Amino acid sequence: MKNYQIKHSDLDGWLEKIIAAGRRVIAPVTEEGHTDFRPIHSPAEVAADDQVQTIQSAKQAAFPKAETLFSYRKEGTAVSLDQPAPESYLQTVVWRARPCDAAGFTPLSAIFNWDYKDNLYNARLARTTLVAFSCQQADAYCFCTSVGGGPGEKKGCDILVTKLPSGKALVEVCTEKGEALAALAPGLFSEANAVADDSPLFAEKQSALAQLPARFSKEDIRRHLAEAFDSPVWREQSERCLGCGACAFVCPTCACFDIQEDPHGSHGRRIRCWDSCAFALFTQHTSGHNPRPSQATRWRQRILHKFSYMPERLDATGCTGCGRCSRACPVDMNLLEHLTSIAQK
Amino acid sequence: MNNWNKQIADMLADGTVALVIGYEEGSTPQKTRPLFCHDAVAAERLVMDGRCTHNLAVYLTKKELLPAEGRIGVVATVNVLKSALQLMQENQIPEGRFLLMAVGPEGKLTELPDAESLRQYIAAHPLPDNPEVAALIEKIDAMSREERWAYWQECLSKCVKCYACRAACPLCYCTRCIVEDNRPQWILPWASTLPNIEWQINRVMHMAGRCTGCGACYAACPLHLPIHLLTKKLTQEINREFGTERPAKGNVLSTFSPDDKENFIH
Repeated sequence: MKNYQIKHSDLDGWLEKIIAAGRRVIAPVTEEGHTDFRPIHSPAEVAADDQVQTIQSAKQAAFPKAETLFSYRKEGTAVSLDQPAPESYLQTVVWRARPCDAAGFTPLSAIFNWDYKDNLYNARLARTTLVAFSCQQADAYCFCTSVGGGPGEKKGCDILVTKLPSGKALVEVCTEKGEALAALAPGLFSEANAVADDSPLFAEKQSALAQLPARFSKEDIRRHLAEAFDSPVWREQSERCLGCGACAFVCPTCACFDIQEDPHGSHGRRIRCWDSCAFALFTQHTSGHNPRPSQATRWRQRILHKFSYMPERLDATGCTGCGRCSRACPVDMNLLEHLTSIAQK
Repeated sequence: MNNWNKQIADMLADGTVALVIGYEEGSTPQKTRPLFCHDAVAAERLVMDGRCTHNLAVYLTKKELLPAEGRIGVVATVNVLKSALQLMQENQIPEGRFLLMAVGPEGKLTELPDAESLRQYIAAHPLPDNPEVAALIEKIDAMSREERWAYWQECLSKCVKCYACRAACPLCYCTRCIVEDNRPQWILPWASTLPNIEWQINRVMHMAGRCTGCGACYAACPLHLPIHLLTKKLTQEINREFGTERPAKGNVLSTFSPDDKENFIH
């Protein structure tokens, strides 16, 4: 795939072309001092590029918080089913995602294609183009480099934009979808060299990235978790946990969902919506028995699923180190801190 | 170590209390977080200052976290004390099980062992009204009915139904919440505008006359939706209709008095 350069001042012009091409564009927008992904219709709506993260991840582009699986209608003894046509899903561009957002789609896709191929998720993702911007700053919650990512990592991106100190931005195109987006504004781009490890361009890119030394390795965590099922650490870490779903819902890789019914007499819809392993109801049996009866067992499940079961079964890690769960947690459950303490046990 | 930390360490060491719930330093210098102290060593980590805003009373009804025997100490803010008193008035926690403690400006520890001492301390330490909240309520009150409906639709369309508002509230202690009932399904369980509004209407109606105004629901919301305005507004309505006095047992909408103005009483 090609690399380009574009002036910082031309990025808005490119975004304008993308909007004009009729794509649904989701980008960071600041309201009342808080920045989150929202649909936008003009580059002016996009938040200043001075914040580390949006509150929520970009997963909603392919895995919305609620979606119709099918609708049904009963007339006499005949039942007709109506499934949403994947062609009806909008072509979507996620503008200024972060590399950790892009990385999240690898584990998500692994989950949604594990045995059953989830057509809805796959169709939405096929219509989504991720334009990620490299991170120039990190905060106390970021730890992408400890879980295999990085502030300038391309994996999962359709395009990765890195703003260089020279006033130019390096545009690394990673997929055909990305190339199609660059092709919307050919006049704004000039071709750039490949970013080989020993090239000046590589050095220039590195100089523009946030510095974030790794604090532990995925392998360390996994090795410790293999022995940790009965450890008191789960109760110690989870005492203050309130059992809400904030961490799961802002997470780029949490994929648990519930199936619900929206019945209206002889017609209705079946709906898929986000769910969370932090809720007691998530594993509550009809009998009243709950195999995860305490918040400590639910916290253990969250960590083991992401850092032990997913690597084992799906060859993917259920965490991109974005830190959103820790920022969103009402009681400051800091995942980096908890993982570091597990790795040091 | 502060003198009050030492006092609490001693209480843990000599068995006066089996557990102390308080605050410790958080992930960033700007914040603190809840701390469970099981021994005297952990008591050194306790802090108390203006950054301590979590309502720790939420833990007082979580039996899985509390030792079966012994008293439980709580290093409390006034908001925690107000919620603890409300829990006692609703018969959710027994007097005597918890030793609530306030830390004064000089680091002086005041023990508040029963409901009466809580009432007196709360009356002597009134919390100022938040002018920003008052201004926002005035702004919304000034809207037309249509504008107000549009405001809340836009606001609550963003809700993801993580139920952090419910989880952070000390008075949301039902073991089975109405949103988890599905025979019948009172409230549609997925996150979209109308079901989100249904949830908030139910939440604030259940809080009417009970909410102590601590703001924990708003502080917990990961999307920073101003849902505390709803409970605050309803408190204003309750005050207007029933006065600001609250019954010593139960609460305004679940108790009656022969003096009530409704004629069905007589």
